[in-house]
Amino acid sequence: MSAGSMNRAPLVLLYLNVLIIATCGLVYELLAGTLASYLLGDSVTQFSLVIGLYLSAMGAGAWISRFVADKSLARCFIEVELGVALVGGLSAPLLFAAFSRVDIFGVVLYGFVFAIGSLVGLELPLLMRLLKEHLDFEDLVSRVLAFDYIGALLASLMFPIFLVPRLGLIRTSLLCGLLNAVVGVWGTYLLRPLLNRHGLLSLRIRGALVIGLLLIAFVQAETLTKLSEESALGHAVIHAETTQYQRLVLTRSEQGFRLYLNGHLQFNSMDEYRYHEALVHPALSPIKSPKQILVLGGGDGLAVREILRYPSIESVTLVDIDPGMTTLADRFPPLAELSKASLRDPRVTVINEDAFIWTGRANGPKFDAVVIDFPDPGNFAIGKLYTTRFYRMLRDRLNDGAMISIQCTSPLVAPKSYWCIVSTLEATGYQVRPYHAPVPTFGEWGFILASAGPIPDQLALSKDLTGKSRFLNDEVLNGMFVLPHDLVRVKTDINQLNNQALVHYYDEEWGVWK
Amino acid sequence: MRLSRRELIALMLGAPAVATGCSPPPVVPLHGELFGQSFDIGHRLRDGFRPRPADDQWRDVQVAIVGGGAAGLSAGRALLQGKCDDFVVLELEPVAGGTSRSEKKGDFAYPWGAHYVPVPLADNVPLIRLFTEMGVVESLAADGSPIVAEQYLCRDPEERLFYQGEWIEGLYPATGASVDDHVQLKAFRELIDTFAAWRDSTGRRAFAIPTSLATDDKEIMELDKLSMADWLRYEGFNSARLHWLVDYSCRDDYGLSAETTSAWAGLLYFASRLRAPGADHQPLISWPEGNGRIINHLAEVVGPRLQTGMAVTQLTPVTSDRGDFVEVTCFNTQTQSVTGLRARHVIFAAPQFLAPRLITEFTERTKRKTDEFEYGSWFVANLHLKDRPKQQQGYPLCWDNVMFRSRSLGYVVATHQAGRDYGPTVLTWYYPFTESHTREIREKLLKATWADLADVVLTDLEVPHPQIRQLVERLDIFRWGHAMIRPKPGFIASQQRREARHPDGRIHFANTDLSGVALFEEAFDHGCRAADEVLSMLPQDRV
Repeated sequence: MSAGSMNRAPLVLLYLNVLIIATCGLVYELLAGTLASYLLGDSVTQFSLVIGLYLSAMGAGAWISRFVADKSLARCFIEVELGVALVGGLSAPLLFAAFSRVDIFGVVLYGFVFAIGSLVGLELPLLMRLLKEHLDFEDLVSRVLAFDYIGALLASLMFPIFLVPRLGLIRTSLLCGLLNAVVGVWGTYLLRPLLNRHGLLSLRIRGALVIGLLLIAFVQAETLTKLSEESALGHAVIHAETTQYQRLVLTRSEQGFRLYLNGHLQFNSMDEYRYHEALVHPALSPIKSPKQILVLGGGDGLAVREILRYPSIESVTLVDIDPGMTTLADRFPPLAELSKASLRDPRVTVINEDAFIWTGRANGPKFDAVVIDFPDPGNFAIGKLYTTRFYRMLRDRLNDGAMISIQCTSPLVAPKSYWCIVSTLEATGYQVRPYHAPVPTFGEWGFILASAGPIPDQLALSKDLTGKSRFLNDEVLNGMFVLPHDLVRVKTDINQLNNQALVHYYDEEWGVWK
Repeated sequence: MRLSRRELIALMLGAPAVATGCSPPPVVPLHGELFGQSFDIGHRLRDGFRPRPADDQWRDVQVAIVGGGAAGLSAGRALLQGKCDDFVVLELEPVAGGTSRSEKKGDFAYPWGAHYVPVPLADNVPLIRLFTEMGVVESLAADGSPIVAEQYLCRDPEERLFYQGEWIEGLYPATGASVDDHVQLKAFRELIDTFAAWRDSTGRRAFAIPTSLATDDKEIMELDKLSMADWLRYEGFNSARLHWLVDYSCRDDYGLSAETTSAWAGLLYFASRLRAPGADHQPLISWPEGNGRIINHLAEVVGPRLQTGMAVTQLTPVTSDRGDFVEVTCFNTQTQSVTGLRARHVIFAAPQFLAPRLITEFTERTKRKTDEFEYGSWFVANLHLKDRPKQQQGYPLCWDNVMFRSRSLGYVVATHQAGRDYGPTVLTWYYPFTESHTREIREKLLKATWADLADVVLTDLEVPHPQIRQLVERLDIFRWGHAMIRPKPGFIASQQRREARHPDGRIHFANTDLSGVALFEEAFDHGCRAADEVLSMLPQDRV
């Protein structure tokens, strides 16, 4: 090796390269672990698997490095950098895109982890072989490993503190890719004497292409994110699909995950128990031993989870139009965990049909209680499920003394919408008791307890719920029926099929249409 | 000569559609059928086909009703209510209903013609009774106005307009309208309100439905001399948007343009639907199968007395020692057999233009002519869609969906009233031939093939729904040769029309064309009136 091939200054720069490589390497590992636990749930298993696989892949990479001939060391190192840049940099965007499109997502994810791990595993051995001409062995090992561990510390600090909160997973991954690519292109200058002229040009062109691609993706990710749900919803989108009926989006943040339907929040895993306890138990607790229950909407299975707490339950019929919704728990394990896989319970029958059509069918079964968990009446197709016609048809589904509970948007934000539903039920001949509950993610939320017969003044939680309910006790249960001054009743029209008054109120109050 | 597909599209949709719609080769990879009225037997009759039944093929009946459309079936129901059950309803077509015909295929019921009735005002008592019998009217308000069961009222969202590349709510093209446009729309509505408030010396309204309840005062009847467009201009309306709205209404209800519709008929459309000045127009009653629901109800009431596929080829009044009766010759289009009926009375519930052809010596005896009765041709398509057209923005799919630039009337959605908002559906698309050279148009329409006509439908619908060809699984077309009476200026006030309802001896007349406007309420009113005429004469027959 001629003396002019490398001077001392670039050697320092090469240590900086080690630092960058090490930082990026660990970030890819953290990204893969985070992504896996976001998307597949069960973070202990996912992190453990990702770390194990990643480290073993690094070992494989190190082992492969011995097959690289001395004369092509420099070229190989740069090519590996560009490879890491490409595979690692695009890992998060590609994995997110693949999740909703690929059936065998696990294979794709772990494939990526192994590929990145192998490439990262190649980096240091190649670099050390490049440097060994210039340092004695002890010096080399100590310095390179020191920078490697510093890089790891840097990554583990920056990832949770700066990268994920500021950049999000996708741009973090693209940024690391860019850094790797820059190291690669930089290498073509630092290692210039070790490269032949033809190879040099080709490497620089490839490097420029990789940097260009990642830059476009990075910029694009920014503009796209601005437009996309991620920015609208304020959290990382971890699952999105468009079914025949609606757009389902799941986001994740430190406090848990959220489900949005057509951009409307359905629940936050952190506080959904408040909503679902408030929705279900007022209807079920007045019934001595509830057996046959009907759930309309509620395809997430969370209301059913609450219903199944009553040991007397013989059957739950859930009617939700969207099979994409009622099977979401099968594809998104954290939801199954949250709902206790309630829709897989043998007592539960799921029917994917428009509740309007199903309820209107002659001679259908009758129920002891009905829990109505439709989305807010943001369009005409949903608005029909809050009409006098619908509530009239529902009467034929009720056993004597049956109770109905209905989620009815926020009486604070949308008082006309809320009281329109109350008036509509009254106009259909129901006894009605309005109530409300605070659900931090939603705000002040409104419900209605209705019955064709009398509703008891005082409710008491079933003994079966003792120690199980996280939100309700008898005092809170009855307290929900006390309305504060700012939820005072307003006069409204009655919602009918031919006026859809509710959709108009809702539109006006929530400003859904622009 | 048969028209090329290009010429047909130009004829029906106008030149711009040819430029935009025909550029890719119009291969229509779907199937469907072409239906029509039984032109064959109709034309044989026109050409003098008069079979004679064998002597043992005669039987007596008290009343023979010729025509199983809305008027004929309403007459049958009215006879039953008057305790007369010895009658038959003879319908030429294999399916009853006339222009209120409908069809049911698989999960879907859909109309082939008329598809709604405005909620009747309190004074239309017989129709309110019919709707009560059908369960459509649940009760009466204190003032006698009907309270209609919610599921039969047209569900919101009712109508939308494709205007300047976007769907907007309602039928008025409001986007970009000037202050003057809005002022004129308001002034127009106020003028309609004055007609709604107008009463003659006996308290009758200017425009009422059925029209038999309306005034015959000269001030109002004079309006028949003008066209609707002339009337608008005369009143100082020049807003192109208002003219479009009125023109659309004329095409929709009468199959005529505003230039060729009588102002009386045009104003009837707007003013008869107002309960009081300033009120919203009466809500609409509709069913997935349109007015086919009423037909099915009436057919059930009439029962086996309704005979379809039965062409009446001749009606001959006879005076004999056994009393006066009418010989009715019937040709069974299925079995090709000829039978005869000796009917005490006939209710002729077919269009007037057939009277001189079918009734022996009609013109000589009555001195009446029917040449002013002119009928428009329509063509209606039912498109079976595997899914609804995707739409990102604009007003959502409604019951009635109209395209501003189109000569068609747009389409209604058969599943709307059933509350089915997702997945497969059936669209019923309407096209009236508003041109005045009816015969020529009719002949061209008859020569067009299914594929040609299907391409016209799809070319029209491609404007708002570019992906429509990928969604259609089946496209059936119905050609209506003589679909609806045309209320051209002068026809309503004409002597021919006013005299046409008078009985010719024992032959009584009942059809919506007698009113000059094709509306279910008119057909029903004439059916009931003709039945009353017969019922009032039956006791004398029995003596």
